[in-house]
Amino acid sequence: MSGSYLEQVVQPDTRDTDIPPRLLGPQLERIWGTPRGLWGFLTTVDHKRIGQRYIVTAFIFLAMGGVLALLMRLQLSGPERRFIDPDRYNQIFTMHGTNMMFLFAVPVMEAVAVYIVPLMVGTRNIAFPRLNAFSYWMFLIGGLVLWVGFALDMGPDVGWFAYVPLSGPQYGAGKRSDIWAQMITFTEIAALAVAVELVVTILKQRAPGMTLDRIPLFVWAMLVTAFAVICAMPAIMIASTSLILDRLVGTHFFNPSEGGDVLLWQHLFWFFGHPEVYIIFLPAVGMISSIIPTFARRPIVGYLPLVLALIATGILAFGLWVHHMFVTGLPRLGESFFTASSMAIAVPNGIQIFCWLATLVLGRPVLKTPMLFILAFFFTFVIGGLSGVMVASVPFDTQVHDTYFVVAHFHYVLIGGAVFPLMGAVYYWFPKITGRMMSERIGRWVVGLVVVGFNLTFFPMHILGLQGMPRRIYTYQPELGWGPLNLFVSLSGCILAAGFVLFFFDVVRSMRSGAPASDNPWQAATLEWATSSPPPSYNFSRIPVVTSANPLWDATILPATRGLRVERRELLVTTVVDAEPQARESSPSDSIWPFWAAVTTSVLLVSSIFTPWAVVWGAIPVTFALIGWFWPKSTPEDLA
Amino acid sequence: MTHPVRPVLDVSDLPLHGSGSASPTWWGTLAFMLIEGTGFVLLIAVYLYLASLASTWPLGAPAPAPWAGIAFSALLLVSLVPNFLVARWAERRDVRRVRIGLVIMTLFGVVPLVPRAFEFPALHVMWDSNAYGSITWTLLGLHTTHLVTDLIDTIVLLALMCTRHGANPRRLGDVQDNALYWNFVVVTWLPIFACIYGVPWLL
Repeated sequence: MSGSYLEQVVQPDTRDTDIPPRLLGPQLERIWGTPRGLWGFLTTVDHKRIGQRYIVTAFIFLAMGGVLALLMRLQLSGPERRFIDPDRYNQIFTMHGTNMMFLFAVPVMEAVAVYIVPLMVGTRNIAFPRLNAFSYWMFLIGGLVLWVGFALDMGPDVGWFAYVPLSGPQYGAGKRSDIWAQMITFTEIAALAVAVELVVTILKQRAPGMTLDRIPLFVWAMLVTAFAVICAMPAIMIASTSLILDRLVGTHFFNPSEGGDVLLWQHLFWFFGHPEVYIIFLPAVGMISSIIPTFARRPIVGYLPLVLALIATGILAFGLWVHHMFVTGLPRLGESFFTASSMAIAVPNGIQIFCWLATLVLGRPVLKTPMLFILAFFFTFVIGGLSGVMVASVPFDTQVHDTYFVVAHFHYVLIGGAVFPLMGAVYYWFPKITGRMMSERIGRWVVGLVVVGFNLTFFPMHILGLQGMPRRIYTYQPELGWGPLNLFVSLSGCILAAGFVLFFFDVVRSMRSGAPASDNPWQAATLEWATSSPPPSYNFSRIPVVTSANPLWDATILPATRGLRVERRELLVTTVVDAEPQARESSPSDSIWPFWAAVTTSVLLVSSIFTPWAVVWGAIPVTFALIGWFWPKSTPEDLA
Repeated sequence: MTHPVRPVLDVSDLPLHGSGSASPTWWGTLAFMLIEGTGFVLLIAVYLYLASLASTWPLGAPAPAPWAGIAFSALLLVSLVPNFLVARWAERRDVRRVRIGLVIMTLFGVVPLVPRAFEFPALHVMWDSNAYGSITWTLLGLHTTHLVTDLIDTIVLLALMCTRHGANPRRLGDVQDNALYWNFVVVTWLPIFACIYGVPWLL
């Protein structure tokens, strides 16, 4: 009934003030909703659907990478085991690292932001929503390229950082390294696209009144991360492109006999690779800063120092890359500089930790599952940070370089520093995304199994490393005496895996039959909790007006805007600093073209592994897809 | 929205599209320029890194002949004038002049390709001869890609301006953003020019 009524009432330029309040939601749903079925699936540009898809895909890659880890632990559980041959083992550890870094860690953090940031800043969709759809398809296809390669025994086998000359034309025969290099291109295009969307969403689409000092800390963290992505990812694209040029058309970037240099690869890779660590860690910092105030029941302590720490970390992240190259014989003065900067970055990170602790001490903490993951983070990340300060020193690093000590260190910082907060964030935002609560009882088991399993698995690796066990070996001799500890590590890995299995079980169970969630089940303060769970396609029926840093705590009735059009996708553009309204901008409608653009780009990239001319002929369909994408249609969004 | 709300801020009189820094597309263009600018900076760094390692530079070739590069640079610098005018006409929503301007800018996209085609042989080295050839061909190639991309964009916008969509302020904003991007293509060329032709001359 309301549908036919709306068809009569809604004319061009109808405003939200022109229709009865009870029909506002249904009308906005007609305009912003995604059609059902395959067509809707392929064409949607709703940031929530794409974000959800992105998150689920990234977690599937996590599970697949986890299986690879278990295979490695099976092989290493005792000396001279013969489960996996050396060639397959090389592919497995390369796939594990590549998959976890490029297909899980970075994408999952950006994916959470794709879902949460537009809600947190109080807008109706992400900036450049079609680019967002394109980004997801590129990510998905890039991941498939890597895994299909692996299934065909063409998986890369040169380590996740693919050092030359091993990955170069002389030693890396076949197509394995090419698949690695092109997978980089896919995932970096996807990551850069999301970074641009986030920057513009955060700078230009914040709700009126959300001045710089009222931006939620997760949003600040994603802004700094997005800039880090923009400045770091070009380095790896240049590195992987020059590698592929060396391999396919005979350039000599990394060939010392023709004036090239192998260390050039390491410089380019780590100029990206070190900021990459912070591209993964800073979003986690933002998650922690969102979860702690909610469960400490008070505003965060030290908002300004926390923001400055985020920015300082983002900048210092670019001055650390050489600490991955301490054993390459660089000048002593250079090494000292990078030791100093590696220790300096502990300062902003320390400030953050103290701000969080102060918030907890001054608040009345409620120990729900998300908060338990944050406590697990504190414990684990501090250990990882300490071993980080240790390897920042050149003499110590020289001793443990390429041993299991380093493996232990980076799993402590990456899993403790990023995956634990991420799992806490899943428990925290799951009710918003699905409208259902996850189980508190199972959640506590998950925290217990994962934290205990993790520490039992990775702590002994420090000792194995100090005993001299190198990383990336497929087996070892019994006389070396590493057998018992390796067996212990492998068995502990099963506890860790059980924790993850239980986590996935809880996600699936809760999605089907979890207790219904209210709009704001944790009594949190930020705008994503002001809308229903799950949010409607248009996010907010009226775009909120922000008057404080904790809008839902400080206002029982939320001020909002009026006067937006309801017969086209319209949202507010505001000024960068003060978030004062500037324009009623249209937001693009659904489109199939991002999908075609991704398919044609993929044909170009994959074919270029086999013939360089694919870059020329492959560009033609890409051009047509892009023209189809940008050519205006006769929709109200494009016309005005 | 289920949290109770009270409409207080009337936005009904806001314009439908902001130009310049009020437009999200402008910021998006800026972000992409930052990405690509970082790429160019890194490639120049690679050039200098390789040069610093070599005992003689350029490797196995005389210094590149600068004349094609100078002609190319001159054309690009001259193109800034019509480019500036197109952006201004687009801002004033003068569709007729914008069309003429885009025809001129299309020519300024095509004509520099002629000296550019002579720049590659002027390097006196092939990409697969040595690392010097690899980096110079890559620098020139990447910049040429930007040139061609912007040329295609200009042609598409010209076609668009000749349809009923032309008078739309959002599409005219696209013309302004395209002009901004052309400035980027010109400005990034100058350090690349200095690198390719100036560094061998200095050494």
